[in-house]
Amino acid sequence: MKKDDAAVVSLSTSEGKSVPQLNPCWSCKGPVDKRALFCSVCGAVQGPGDTDHFTRLGLPVAYHIHTDHLDHQYFGFQRRMHPDRFAAKSSKEKALSQAQATALNDAYETLTDPVKRAVYLLGHVGYSVDLHGSKTVSDPVLLMEQMELREALAEAETEEQVAALLHQAEETAQSCQHEMVRAFQAREYAEAARLVLRLKYLTKLVEDAKGRKSRLAKGS
Amino acid sequence: MLFQIHEPGETPLPHESERPLAVGIDLGTTNSVVAISEDGLKARVLSDADGRKLLPSVVYYGTDGSIEVGEQARYKILDTPDQVVTSVKRLMGRGAGDVKALAGALPYLVDTPEADGMVHLSVAGRVLSPVEISADILRAVKARAEAALDKQVTQAVITVPAYFDDAARTATRDAARLAGFEVLRLVNEPTAAALAYGLDNGAEGLYAVYDLGGGTFDVSILRMEKGVFQVKATGGDAALGGDDFDHAVAEYFLNSHSKTHSIRELTAGEAKRTLTVARQAKECLSRQNEGQWMVEIGSESSLQKLTRRTLEELAAPFIERTMSICRGVIEDAGIEIDQIHGVVLVGGATRMPAVRQAVRDLFGKDPLANINPEEVVAVGAALQAAALTLGSDTLLLDVTPLSLGIETMGGIVEKVIPRNQPIPVSMAQEFTTYQDGQTAMSIHVVQGEREMVDQCRSLARFVLNGIPPMVAGAARIRVTFAVDADGLLTVSAQETTTGIEQQVAVKPSYGLDEEEMARMLRAALEHGRADMEQRLAAESTVEAKRSALAVRAALSVDGHLLSDQERQGIEDALNRIDLAVQSADRDKVIAATENLETATKGFAEKRMDHGIRKALAGMAVGDVERTFD
Repeated sequence: MKKDDAAVVSLSTSEGKSVPQLNPCWSCKGPVDKRALFCSVCGAVQGPGDTDHFTRLGLPVAYHIHTDHLDHQYFGFQRRMHPDRFAAKSSKEKALSQAQATALNDAYETLTDPVKRAVYLLGHVGYSVDLHGSKTVSDPVLLMEQMELREALAEAETEEQVAALLHQAEETAQSCQHEMVRAFQAREYAEAARLVLRLKYLTKLVEDAKGRKSRLAKGS
Repeated sequence: MLFQIHEPGETPLPHESERPLAVGIDLGTTNSVVAISEDGLKARVLSDADGRKLLPSVVYYGTDGSIEVGEQARYKILDTPDQVVTSVKRLMGRGAGDVKALAGALPYLVDTPEADGMVHLSVAGRVLSPVEISADILRAVKARAEAALDKQVTQAVITVPAYFDDAARTATRDAARLAGFEVLRLVNEPTAAALAYGLDNGAEGLYAVYDLGGGTFDVSILRMEKGVFQVKATGGDAALGGDDFDHAVAEYFLNSHSKTHSIRELTAGEAKRTLTVARQAKECLSRQNEGQWMVEIGSESSLQKLTRRTLEELAAPFIERTMSICRGVIEDAGIEIDQIHGVVLVGGATRMPAVRQAVRDLFGKDPLANINPEEVVAVGAALQAAALTLGSDTLLLDVTPLSLGIETMGGIVEKVIPRNQPIPVSMAQEFTTYQDGQTAMSIHVVQGEREMVDQCRSLARFVLNGIPPMVAGAARIRVTFAVDADGLLTVSAQETTTGIEQQVAVKPSYGLDEEEMARMLRAALEHGRADMEQRLAAESTVEAKRSALAVRAALSVDGHLLSDQERQGIEDALNRIDLAVQSADRDKVIAATENLETATKGFAEKRMDHGIRKALAGMAVGDVERTFD
């Protein structure tokens, strides 16, 4: 899994890699690595700890993600940690597995969504963006682009016209994500923050176009 | 002789004979079905002595205290309609207000002592809650399973409509507990169906499950691949089903009957009889194009004709409603219709040709019909029950069907967990005080998609006390919602500047509280108490075995850190646990477990010290697994 080094931006904090951090295992009381899922001595499931979403799913801390790989990692962890695997275990183990599965779901939900992933990664490097706070768009280029796209969607009358617009919006969103990958690699966080806002509007447009398309299809 | 070696921490499977049997139960509006899987790969539906697989969810209450469930109860509708309860599932977790909205649709007397409490029914001189009536159905299911397997059955996976809210889920779990089941998991009906279908057919890709039962409608979009069943979105209507078709047909019959006969208010019995005739007509018209049925009101009877076409016109508004819900769910899943590989039909109402045609038109493909729509849910539940008790690689990832939130100023709902979130999930939202010096805050938990509180379902109210007096807006109250793998909600609230915390398991509004539950367990079941104690004893034994195994594992790795005397002390404590477990005395087991804890304190400290020294010297402590192949 190391082939893709170029696309991986190492954002790991200065906190050293040298000394593993140890916790006492709740079950056998011996030392267990803070990030371990199970105790290596007694096999008991451990709590989720407070690691970042990428590390939790065994992924490099980087914006670029292969969806298939993300799913593979998520399913793999859930296969071992999901409460269904602990139905016959003690209540403490059930509670820990629920906490683990909850943390995995939180990580997966954040990382599968390109907008949430960007916001999370910006926060991780200490650059906070508030997508809901600012109601006005101050970037004139972005404002212009979105107004034009919205207008086109409002004027589209046939399913074909909406489908064409949908295709265009999806392609624009795709290229916006490519720019995002580049911005994160170059550590241009202000640029990434600008792109997040654009991606958010484009995603909303894609959703609305899909809804519009299926309503038109129903009418036919 | 060969010794068995187990993974550390793994408890060996009990012997075949002592392992409790776990069944899967589809507790339906019209029929209930029970199935078992002995190997986790195949499941079979358990039938009664006459080979019947469907158990009608109908209960007859005799004036002498007798109870009959199923086919026999259904025959009694004609003679003693007032003593027969049907479609009780529609009342699960419902309040008095909800039932008024269903008025006319319920052919029995509804008794609601308090305006805000759970609905009760007056039947044959008794006042019964829907939970108790469902428990009677589940007791019959349990008896059928035990007769078919000739063994005691104590554990079950019970299915619920995906669109059931928290109150209805809790009511279902309580009913099962009351009937003497340990509920391993509540599973959503479409998810159970997908599991049964997917495993059997090796399905891969995106699938829709269209589940139209007697009283509930669900649609789920799932992604299936290599043993993973990931629900992308779900939606439905907890009060829409084949029953509605029956009501429409019954009204049509009564309407045309009244053209030639005098009209008066129907008795509950006449209403039920007419509904029975209407249901027969509906089922008949799935096979033939028209027919005639006898409608009897008082002493007057008339022959009513119905064609399939008229039936379809009567059903059209209900079918259209399911289609509109399907479109919404597809949109929620963020996919387009043509990405869906197949549509699985579930529920007796999908036998209607008009329903199949509507599904075909919407999805643009023939629905998959190589499964029995009335059995597939129970089969899926049985497979899941086997997976939970025997172990499995299959993964069911479900979602929240409805948004969960709390009431804020002006009766507006602030969502805390949106719908279609994978479960288990935990999310928090911060709120603040709106008055200077405010020391308490009332928290009202609601479920639903609407903006206003009164249009959503109220789940619980509680008060967070002891907020330190501050100026308005200064306190920070963090409300955390946690939904477990059964879809059940727990809410806790904390004032973050002081750490004052309160936790509530959400249930009060329309469910039973713990006390009521305990009282019913004692009253309804002579051995209910013994059951509960047995369960507690089992739990403490699991805990004792777990800690003994953990200590033995630690001894084998780090035993060299101990002196002979220290080691002997621990060995003695371990022996005491083994003896206590054999004695099956709960108090002894708990005492022995605590004793082991004390006896190993010094050992634990030595191990931590040793581990830290090793780590500083650059030696790895165990493996940290983070990738899969």
